[in-house]
Amino acid sequence: MATRVLDQSDISRALSRIAHEILEREKGAANLVLMGIPSRGVPLAHRIAERIGAIEQGAAPPVGSVDITMFRDDLRMRPARPLARTEVPPGGIDGRTVVLVDDVLFSGRSIRAALDALSEIGRPRAVRLAVLVDRGHRELPIRADYVGKNVPTSLRETVRVRVVDSDGVDEVVIGEDA
Amino acid sequence: MKRHLLSAADLSHDDAVLVLDTARELAAVSDRAVKKLPTLRGRTVVNLFFEDSTRTRISFEAAAKRLSADVINFSAKGSSVSKGESLKDTAMTLQAMGADGVVIRHSASGAPHRLATAGWIGAAVVNAGDGTHEHPTQALLDAYTMRHHLAGGSGDLAGARVTIVGDVLHSRVARSNVLLLDTLGAHVTLVAPPTLLPVGVETWPCEVSYDLDAPLPHTDALMMLRVQRERMSAAYFPSEREYSRRYGLDARRSALLPTDAIVMHPGPMNRGMEITAEVADGPRSVIVEQVTNGVSIRMAVLYLLLGGAETA
Amino acid sequence: MTGTDGTQFLITGARPLGDDPADVLVADGRIAQIGTSLQADRATVVDGDGLILLPGLVDLHTHLREPGREDAETVATGSAAAARGGFTAVHAMANTEPVADTAGVVEQVWHLGQQTGLVDVFPVGAVTVGLGGERLAELGAMADSAAAVRVFSDDGRCVSDAVLMRRALEYVKAFDGVIAQHSQEPRLTEGAQMNEGTLSGRLGLRGWPAVAEEAIVARDVLLAEHVGSRLHVCHVSTAGSVAIIRWAKSRGIDVTAEATPHHLLLSEDLAETYDPVFKVNPPLRRRADVQALRAGLADGTIDIVGTDHAPHPAEDKECEWAAAAFGMIGLEQALAVVIDTMVRTGLLDWAGVADRMSIAPARIGRRPGHGRPIAAGEPANLVLVDPHARREVDPARSASKSRNNPYRGLDLPDPVVATFLRGRPTVLDRRLVDHA
Repeated sequence: MATRVLDQSDISRALSRIAHEILEREKGAANLVLMGIPSRGVPLAHRIAERIGAIEQGAAPPVGSVDITMFRDDLRMRPARPLARTEVPPGGIDGRTVVLVDDVLFSGRSIRAALDALSEIGRPRAVRLAVLVDRGHRELPIRADYVGKNVPTSLRETVRVRVVDSDGVDEVVIGEDA
Repeated sequence: MKRHLLSAADLSHDDAVLVLDTARELAAVSDRAVKKLPTLRGRTVVNLFFEDSTRTRISFEAAAKRLSADVINFSAKGSSVSKGESLKDTAMTLQAMGADGVVIRHSASGAPHRLATAGWIGAAVVNAGDGTHEHPTQALLDAYTMRHHLAGGSGDLAGARVTIVGDVLHSRVARSNVLLLDTLGAHVTLVAPPTLLPVGVETWPCEVSYDLDAPLPHTDALMMLRVQRERMSAAYFPSEREYSRRYGLDARRSALLPTDAIVMHPGPMNRGMEITAEVADGPRSVIVEQVTNGVSIRMAVLYLLLGGAETA
Repeated sequence: MTGTDGTQFLITGARPLGDDPADVLVADGRIAQIGTSLQADRATVVDGDGLILLPGLVDLHTHLREPGREDAETVATGSAAAARGGFTAVHAMANTEPVADTAGVVEQVWHLGQQTGLVDVFPVGAVTVGLGGERLAELGAMADSAAAVRVFSDDGRCVSDAVLMRRALEYVKAFDGVIAQHSQEPRLTEGAQMNEGTLSGRLGLRGWPAVAEEAIVARDVLLAEHVGSRLHVCHVSTAGSVAIIRWAKSRGIDVTAEATPHHLLLSEDLAETYDPVFKVNPPLRRRADVQALRAGLADGTIDIVGTDHAPHPAEDKECEWAAAAFGMIGLEQALAVVIDTMVRTGLLDWAGVADRMSIAPARIGRRPGHGRPIAAGEPANLVLVDPHARREVDPARSASKSRNNPYRGLDLPDPVVATFLRGRPTVLDRRLVDHA
């Protein structure tokens, strides 16, 4: 039994709002780098970057990706996982404001891993977190700076984000754990 | 992936592509200021080298350290006096030390297999070269190098034409390469005098030619194997001159290759015997790249074998 | 058993050589009587119902390792293993330390066998001094010694020098001796580890080509013909060798040949495990060679089964293949393997087993007290065999000192119920008889 909580236009509006909020808080796009967490954080980061570029009528800020596989705290609990791509944009992240982008914020462990991964790449001036969905149930003291939608859930439920880039459709769906 | 990497045959097509893809992602680490990942922190990797090989040992050591593993180097020349005692006794010491992974190079074919299956240790075993049997990480770094130049750095090697030349009979590099290249969809031709081809080579997944010139125009990657001068005294070929004339790679033969073909060698080279200095240092040669790729490949192998939960 | 004096045994209802059941009375070291419903009040009764009675087995090819390698086996422990395997006589090969190339050493081995008293130990004398392949050893002195050596062999090494082999074949005619050749052309097998073929090429183990055995067999049968001597070919391992021996016999050449139990059962694919328990010389060969050996043993081209029991201490086998010693033990499983490969397949009947494992070896070794018919008056060297019992092979239960047993874990027959050496039981109820 699955419920769609966000459709394509909901997602588009949420990303636009996040782009505006980033520009407002950071007082412009200078010195910004968006780093998506694979896999779905990456296309979301690209879309936010495009919107920032459109709003400012200038170039979109650089976008990269940061694979967290090797920094997960549950690495030893399952067989070794394939790695995703880490792409550091030209100019790196030293001294810049990095906006981490992920699809769902849940326990917060992925973000902790992403922070560790970032620290191996360089030293940003600041790190912000943008997520499309915050479903609660934090296990670490992590909070998002920019949230597309708060979706309270029970632990028995699953939250799935689908993006047209890899899944053919943009939507967010809540389902029951099998 | 299987628990040990003893033979190139241990890797399925998907396993092999996974190793190459993982190596590609890890290659970037070497370009960073902090060349380290925490993945193998707390794991102990032992380099058990019964045969001298500074280059391979350093490559494995660098790979393990970049993943933050604790590395212990053990060099033992397996003397004929202590022969078999060395392997079992050493293994039990490693077990007592809590080694998680053992990288072993040995002059006896099958030694890594014994280490992995005799019940002396519980660690994952990586074969870094055993006698004339196999050298799977060499084949992996060779395939990685070929994939980068011939297939855009992703996927497999379907359709690539590879020619391997030299002392196939005594070459663990040749055996591993033939197996892995076949798995990855490449087409392999072995070139050697009949005396340097193993019995039954006609059953291997490759073609065989006694003539080097014929396959060259249809070769995308040419791999020259080291030929030891000592083979002459065992009557494998009559003289160095005859060998290098019939099977050596010089400028004339290099010109027979297609424009984008690459020239490879696992090292160490016998310059003047199987390959001239001119070609070894020439524009087609990717020999130095092979060495660099070795570290990334070995990082990938160590990560996939030791980075997650132990497979059953 | 009141009233028995331990020197008389009545074996009831067993089938001698697989014939109809009969009772066999053993007394004073001989078969006293054979009949039905025999009575013997002072005899210990041994129930042979459903069992086969064979002449005590004779091994023409065993390594007892004493003197010199007592860490692997001694005459005592080897004899115990032999008795458990149903043997009443074994020929102990000469590659000991020191080599058995003088009357002194062969007499020492012979005495040790007598002292142990579980089987008759007949020492084999070396053909050349120190097995060096250069000078003949004092074959005559060994023949005249208390050990009365009749079989001479450099086993472990080949007498590869053609002139030396010729001289040896000629010389032993004087005392009805026989040269037992380990056929292995040394130059073709330098550093060899396993059978040469596709598998050895794949495993990276240096090959031991069949031609290295066959070339020597061919040469030797022609030499034997030329000088009019007997020749014995040890551990034949290839189909080609079987064919050459068949041809030689058809020409009337006086050649005999032996096959080991492991070559009748096991093939080279076991080397894929790189477990040196499967490393042996001559090596395990292809399935086709195994089939040819069975056929040869069935039609008599191969005259006997010889165990080539080769004990080794753990450290010589618990290592990488190239460093391991060559050899497998086999005294205790020999009859079991022959039952599974030859009897149950219909290639040999029990009379055939008796011939290949007792009568013919005794004849080749010139041992008149062994391999005798089961008839009144004959020395009571007997083995009582259960053709049906089976057991998983557990090397830890072996009487041998060594554990390099290639049959470990296999489900094989467990045939030997009792063994009698000149009327005295060495094995009863499947257990060694303790006689301090």
